Amino acid sequence: MFPYIPNTDLDQKKMLEDIGLNNIGDLFKDIPLNLKLNRRLNINEPMSELEVTKELKNLSGKNLNSEDLVCFLGAGAYDHYIPSVVKHITSRSEFYTAYTPYQPEISQGTLQAIFEYQTMIASLTGMEVSNASMYDGATACAEAAMLSMGNTKRKNIIVSKTVHPDTRKVLGTYIKFHGGVLIEVDSKDGETDVEMLSSLVDNNTAAVIVQNPNFFGIVENLAEVEKITHSNKSLFIMSVDPISLGILKTPGEIGADIAVGEAQSLGNTMNFGGPYLGFMTCSTKLMRKMPGRIVGQTEDVDGKRAFVLTLQAREQHIRRQKATSNICSDQSLNALAAAVYMSVMGKEGIKEVAEQCMRKSHYAYNQLIKSGKCKVIFNKPFFKEFVVETIATSDKVNDGLLQAGILSGYSLEKDYPELKNSILFCVTEKRNKEEIDKLVKLVEVIE
Amino acid sequence: MKEYNKLIFEISKEGRKAYTLPKCDVPECTKEDLIPEELLRKTTLDLPQVSEVDVIRHYTQLSNKNYGVDSGFYPLGSCTMKYNPKINEDMASNPHFTGIHPYQPEKTVQGALELMYNLEIKLAEIVGMDGFTLQPAAGAHGELTGLMIIKAYHESRGDNKRKKIIVPDSAHGTNPASAAVAGFDIVEIKSDESGLVDLENLKAVLGDDIAGFMLTNPNTLGLFDTKISDIAKLVHDTGGLLYYDGANTNAIMGITRPGDMGFDIVHLNLHKTFSTPHGGGGPGSGPVGVKKDLISYLPVPIIEKVESEYVLNYDKPQSIGKIKSFYGSFGVIVRAYTYILTMGAEGLKKASEVAVLNANYVKEKLKLYYLSSDTVCKHECVLGGLREHAEGISTLDVAKRVIDYGYHPPTIYFPLIVDNAIMIEPTETESVETLDSFIEAMINIAKEALENPELLKNAPHDTPIRRTDDVKAARYPVLKWSK
Repeated sequence: MFPYIPNTDLDQKKMLEDIGLNNIGDLFKDIPLNLKLNRRLNINEPMSELEVTKELKNLSGKNLNSEDLVCFLGAGAYDHYIPSVVKHITSRSEFYTAYTPYQPEISQGTLQAIFEYQTMIASLTGMEVSNASMYDGATACAEAAMLSMGNTKRKNIIVSKTVHPDTRKVLGTYIKFHGGVLIEVDSKDGETDVEMLSSLVDNNTAAVIVQNPNFFGIVENLAEVEKITHSNKSLFIMSVDPISLGILKTPGEIGADIAVGEAQSLGNTMNFGGPYLGFMTCSTKLMRKMPGRIVGQTEDVDGKRAFVLTLQAREQHIRRQKATSNICSDQSLNALAAAVYMSVMGKEGIKEVAEQCMRKSHYAYNQLIKSGKCKVIFNKPFFKEFVVETIATSDKVNDGLLQAGILSGYSLEKDYPELKNSILFCVTEKRNKEEIDKLVKLVEVIE
Repeated sequence: MKEYNKLIFEISKEGRKAYTLPKCDVPECTKEDLIPEELLRKTTLDLPQVSEVDVIRHYTQLSNKNYGVDSGFYPLGSCTMKYNPKINEDMASNPHFTGIHPYQPEKTVQGALELMYNLEIKLAEIVGMDGFTLQPAAGAHGELTGLMIIKAYHESRGDNKRKKIIVPDSAHGTNPASAAVAGFDIVEIKSDESGLVDLENLKAVLGDDIAGFMLTNPNTLGLFDTKISDIAKLVHDTGGLLYYDGANTNAIMGITRPGDMGFDIVHLNLHKTFSTPHGGGGPGSGPVGVKKDLISYLPVPIIEKVESEYVLNYDKPQSIGKIKSFYGSFGVIVRAYTYILTMGAEGLKKASEVAVLNANYVKEKLKLYYLSSDTVCKHECVLGGLREHAEGISTLDVAKRVIDYGYHPPTIYFPLIVDNAIMIEPTETESVETLDSFIEAMINIAKEALENPELLKNAPHDTPIRRTDDVKAARYPVLKWSK
């Protein structure tokens, strides 16, 4: 007997008799003999809960986590504080054991939570409309690019090299297969090279994609980029860090048509890269072109406020190959975590987190530069991440820090060969002065 | 219990807070000192201001308006709503899994990589493939990945005219949608009378412009296509590849394998077959397996074992590239791995056997009241609505009345090729007692349809809300709260 299979052998026998069959084999008679697997699957034997726990403990024990190591690594996945409340809500099985809320009468919990999530994400980004979620920041960006190709009937997507390298790689894959062309704009002093951008944008450009703060942590002034993009009737797509929007100018204020991003920072653990939470927001004008699920408010037959999945004529189960996207399952539970996180933090909390990140990262930056072991690379305003060039090789710095229990930043050379020994450090609100001072002290002595 | 109908914004009050943060212990400064004024936010941020008690009560109240697998029977066809074992949740919430950064040095995440490497091997054995990627975030994402592999394979051979993908008219909507996203044209073929592949219709469209054929077996009617070897031969003889939509794998584990049927590519839904929770719509996980000749096209990075170390290899020139950030839905992967360890080869086979038995039991017991085929089905059965026509009663009315009996309704109006379809997938995690109660409810509903149709038309009766105005929602979209 298996704990998740309640029907006993006797139950099964009776059920078979009831439906006029002799044995389980009769249920599979239609499968041709030569296709039957006439052997046992070559995987493990069933294991007890105690054995499974031990096995998983053995595996997890081979990892070092953000409690073993003080984390100064970011680059798209962030070690932010997660209030205890979040996991208590997302652990409620009424939420996590349900599926897509196709039956609104018994899914108001999920539907209302997503409606609240959409409202909060729209407010955070300053955009008009949010969908219910996408797989992650990179695929949300790729979906936005495809949306722009469909909407403008143009093929070129222009992306700044200051956008996360992995996002650009995912964009490259999607756009190539989708029949578009991805064109990269160089970075200049850590920012998008606006002159080069200007020379590339034309009436074949479906969209221009930038990231803010960009991959180097720099807050770019995007006024000019917005103007160039819109004067060519291309769509302006921004990828943003939701935490930064507690203090930074929003995509809505900057004039983005579509804002996307990775919202793992909003209450989701780092989890070795997933599941994460992509978000997508846009203008009302593009609302019916948006991929993914959207929750809307309506009424029931008694006139009571109710929430439903809406604008479904965009979706694959209705429109099949003419759908705006193939996405079906999304990241609903991660969106719930984000909604709970934003409720807990509220408007003051998000601002305070953003300010702490900014102040602490600037302190770390200044101390590292002062140490004489790190050089300024870009002298630009930044948010919670910054780049320095180390005197010692970045490998030595990273190894030395790791031995002392510090998870160093992201080495940029593999993605930007011109940035030798340059490390992208991240300082979130979780770090304190003592940890930052320790980092600086260690960097000082690594030769 | 008192009805709760507030939005979190409506219980917000200036000055309340639910968070605490440590004091910022680095030197004082303001944001204006660090960032030019024109780069700062000017508009107000409208997030709620509530206490921790408010947050907990609010979302607990919302959860009470939801129905999950833990609440009761959830026979949603095509979605495999099996029980989500609690040990899976415990294992996945281990801080030495949840607290690791994806860009940590490989030597500090050997356990995570080993787990993923092991899972790939187990999945490959279960479906008879030679290599796997765990990266796709969901079933549809797996389809997209598989289709990109098909395209890359043909193009690498200089075979550039294969621009079409065949899908049967019984296919999941994601199949044609994924093919379109991957840049293919779609050729839909009509199924035969029993809902299976019509070989003549298939032959008529096969040719040197066909890149591949996407198929589910057992198909969306829950029927095993016994001609599968012939289908595979036809597709392969004309140079195409055969894609397996793994949504229905719960019917065949340890019994037959897509790899042995002749499929070249498979995606699995860990959130269906391998018991990971559906999360109210996600996150899922849609690993893709391929035969030997296609391994070099899998997305990067590939997890490899070099001596006793696990490494991420990005150096794969033929790869389709990256398809998402990082390496996949790791948290979901841990749950599926836990499930496979618990079940073992014997348990997985038993799961499929009992899933199929349960579906046939329901079908047989309902056949006097609902239209159905006489053939043995696999893990789900598709009924064609009420056997005895009741004036003005639709399949939707039947489904809504199911709610009154305390169950989640089955999938309805899918597959599209069955009129008034009611698709029931009980899964192996339901007891005969639960099935009997459900069957009794369905029979009652069939009787009520004739004797008291208003009961169906007005259903559900005792839910937090009743039937909704979907037309209004779409015509005058209200997609966020405003003051």
